Amino acid sequence: MTDNNNHLLEVRDLTVTFPQPSGAVTAVRGVNYHVDKGEFLGIVGESGSGKSVSSLAVMGLLPSSAQITGDILFEGTSLLGRSDAELSRLRGEGISIIFQDPLSALTPVYTVGAQISEALLLHDPKLSRQAAAARAVELLRIVGIPHPERRAQAFPHEFSGGMRQRAMIAIAIANNPRLIIADEPTTALDVTIQAQILEVLQRAKDITGAAVVLITHDLGVVAGNADRIAVMYAGRIVETGTVDQVFHEPTMPYTIGLLRSMPNLATAGHTRLVPLEGRPPSLGNLAPGCPFAPRCPIAVDACRGTEPPLAALNDPQGKDARHSAACLRMDEIAGGQLQRAELFPRPERVAEAERADLTPETVLSVDGLVRHFPLMKGAVFKRQVGTVKAVDGVSLAIRSGQTLGLVGESGCGKTTTIMEILELAKPQAGRITVDGRDVAGMSAKERRALRRDIQVVFQDPMASLDPRLPIQDIIAEPLTVHGVPAGARRAKVAEVLDLVGLDPAMGARYPHEFSGGQRQRVGIARALVTDPKIIVLDEPVSALDVSIQAGVINLLEDLQERLGLSYLFVAHDLAVVRQIADTVAVMYLGRVVESGPAEAVFDDPRHPYTRALLSAVPVPDPSLERGRRRIILDGDLPSPTETTPGCNFRARCPLYKLLDADQQALCRDQDPALRPVAGTSAACHHAASIELVLN
Amino acid sequence: MIGFIIKRFINYAILSAIATLSAYVLASMILNPAARYYGRNPRPSDQTVNAILDGLGVNPNTPVIERLWSWLVNLVTRGSLGDTIHNTSVLSEMAARAGTSLRLLILGTVIAAVVGVILGVWGAVRQYRASDQIISYASFTILAMPSFVIGILLMILATGLNNVLGIQLISFTGEYTPGLDGGWWAQVADRAGHLVLPTIALALVGAAGYSRYQRSAMLDVLSADYIRTARSKGRTRGSALVRHGVRVALIPMSTYFAYSFATILAGAAVIELVFSWHGMGEFLFQAIQQSDINAFTGAILFNAVLVLIAGTLSDIVYAALDPRVRV
Repeated sequence: MTDNNNHLLEVRDLTVTFPQPSGAVTAVRGVNYHVDKGEFLGIVGESGSGKSVSSLAVMGLLPSSAQITGDILFEGTSLLGRSDAELSRLRGEGISIIFQDPLSALTPVYTVGAQISEALLLHDPKLSRQAAAARAVELLRIVGIPHPERRAQAFPHEFSGGMRQRAMIAIAIANNPRLIIADEPTTALDVTIQAQILEVLQRAKDITGAAVVLITHDLGVVAGNADRIAVMYAGRIVETGTVDQVFHEPTMPYTIGLLRSMPNLATAGHTRLVPLEGRPPSLGNLAPGCPFAPRCPIAVDACRGTEPPLAALNDPQGKDARHSAACLRMDEIAGGQLQRAELFPRPERVAEAERADLTPETVLSVDGLVRHFPLMKGAVFKRQVGTVKAVDGVSLAIRSGQTLGLVGESGCGKTTTIMEILELAKPQAGRITVDGRDVAGMSAKERRALRRDIQVVFQDPMASLDPRLPIQDIIAEPLTVHGVPAGARRAKVAEVLDLVGLDPAMGARYPHEFSGGQRQRVGIARALVTDPKIIVLDEPVSALDVSIQAGVINLLEDLQERLGLSYLFVAHDLAVVRQIADTVAVMYLGRVVESGPAEAVFDDPRHPYTRALLSAVPVPDPSLERGRRRIILDGDLPSPTETTPGCNFRARCPLYKLLDADQQALCRDQDPALRPVAGTSAACHHAASIELVLN
Repeated sequence: MIGFIIKRFINYAILSAIATLSAYVLASMILNPAARYYGRNPRPSDQTVNAILDGLGVNPNTPVIERLWSWLVNLVTRGSLGDTIHNTSVLSEMAARAGTSLRLLILGTVIAAVVGVILGVWGAVRQYRASDQIISYASFTILAMPSFVIGILLMILATGLNNVLGIQLISFTGEYTPGLDGGWWAQVADRAGHLVLPTIALALVGAAGYSRYQRSAMLDVLSADYIRTARSKGRTRGSALVRHGVRVALIPMSTYFAYSFATILAGAAVIELVFSWHGMGEFLFQAIQQSDINAFTGAILFNAVLVLIAGTLSDIVYAALDPRVRV
């Protein structure tokens, strides 16, 4: 404790080991970092990289079985080895933390106001209950909760996800801490809510003057906010530096690969993604050497022998020693002998000769689809008290060999739409046509035959594969339904396994033996086995780590070109949709509010909602991100049970506020229909005046 | 919310009525009150026996449905549950005995719930440690043991204790010492001394069951994120577990309370017999032994009403504990 005691938080050579019957797992292996007063540090890493464990170690909240070595200094004094009671005085007062899942992070039986007051009363016993309650209301107002006096009396289940996360931030800043740790604070939230929360976090930082450590797997989230970044891989920091250094001059091959594998709203759609092959090592039994070596394209023999330490870069200009990386060949990368852009080969597109011949025709069309759910009340005498308009007149069309991206916040009716389509039954209203045939009048037999043509890939590859069946049986199941003989089934399974890039010999294995990315390939193989024309992809990559995503997206693109498939691609990640979709439909409250070719919708959106949605997506490029202006939507998605006359986006619309009285009256009285506006179709009366929003 | 409770209460009331009426039908079909008279010496004439049985309303020659109807009419119009085989009114018999049983039941249930919750929480917090293992094995042993064995074991222990101390600290025959002189305090002390063993016996069985459920409810809560949040605010582990953990883990217990109350009732009947208490348990037991249909039905009605009250109580407690179900 001799040098440099003016860091607010200093973590020195931290290791955390969890003893387990099958052998100890070292989740954090020698991590060093520091945070200065008022600084914003971003810690980036994939799941299992040790980023959350290291921050829980700082809070002293790891289970008692964890063995911690090294040192953690907060304001110059060591936190390790202190008693729970001593640490409790510091927690919430000096350091506070915001957790990931706002659904379960608040105690369900106490009011939100009481839980904020609790944080205040614990650290200031002289404070009266009334004063604490008043301050809790004040804090709720600071984090942007409307009607804080009333909402303080509400229980957590009466709050939406975004509001709960705001309440969490209110708890965290209650005692003006010097350090706020935010552990994936926006991961479970929609992009529009994520933008709100990041703004609140920034405001909280400005008000309290606290330093912030933001832990995330999303490089975009830290790009605009953080001062410095630390990238973690396999329990160690592998690169650290200022935001610009790490994003513009990444030096560790892992960072380079991660940045290149992310679909980026600014660049997506023009080039293919660069996948980072392989998967992170298991921390149970690490091989000696650099843990990234097996996935690294420039690994040399020395990389497999010794693990390189985190060392400062020999900067030729000598301008800044803060940029460090853990790579044997970092000087070659920094010096330019190894070109960053060429480290990871960009995979080629499918050769012209292998592409399927297509006659352009509409394979799936949905016209005015409606799905309303009655809202019932009463136990014995049920009566209808309302209607949930989950899907309220949606029209879509997909042409052969094309991808339609369906985007929108959670609760906007995306999933109900695809479930209605997959049902292949007569909808409540509207028409569903597959291959030019209306599904409404079909017999059960025709319908079953048609199911071969339309298949689905689900979001969670673990939950959608039966854990008790070997994958060859899982993949062959659709064929069994259609009565294909066993010999033909086996041959077909081997063929599709090969298509999705899995070894056909793996067919006898069970789902748990595969990694997340491989499991999703199994899910895709199952969809392909009936030779479908259309595949519905329901958030196919959102459960996967960033470095795995790119490989699956590339596979989907290749399969489309090779087999002439049409995709209905449902996702909330707009960058992924931008990467893969040809046409895009944006949904809001059961309606399509804008649709058109992907380029037009993404580059020049005409509906204010699309504009807000796109501006909310963080871009992993700090210089771009700083220059961007966010359109923050107020509040949450309204309940689909309410019937609002006129435009149903009005209450949150950024454009509506800027209009004059006559124009506002139009929004209030008339429900806008989808109409063509400059390259796209938008359901907005004032789509022509959209430029107002950004000026 | 009030509407919900009332609705639940009506539900329970209907269930109690069904239970009582079924009990009447069941008893009428199985019990044979005439046998008691035919065994007498000299054997009474058929007319005499029939007259007695008709007077009680339990003559097997009358169709069950007819007897059930007159029993019901009797209950509704005169508020009477009929007469026992000893020609005393069932209601007055029950009034005399109910207090005895309730004292035992209420004390036993409350102690069982409190001890069970504490042991369950303690076991969950110290999962797989020695104390948890001891609690687990002990409660399984108690759950596996019939109540009368527990009663007798306790008697043996109490006798040993009394011998060691040389005074009659714990008495375990009857409800009080007959013919005891002394003031009001002496009476209270005497009754308390008699109450100790049956209460412990009853509470042990209840607590063993409660502790298992509380332990698993608490284990679910222990790993919850909101415990971590509470600690991150500055609560120590223990205080976070009590304020945020136990409070939430109690919610499912209120449902279990309603279901387990019936088990405790059955246990109480046996305990009363073992300790020679003249309560409702003994009443029920004797009714079956003496083929007394009216007394049997009365005892079942008493139990059904208790279950009704316990069920309604647990609904109220559930709503009080969990804001998410309040409507």
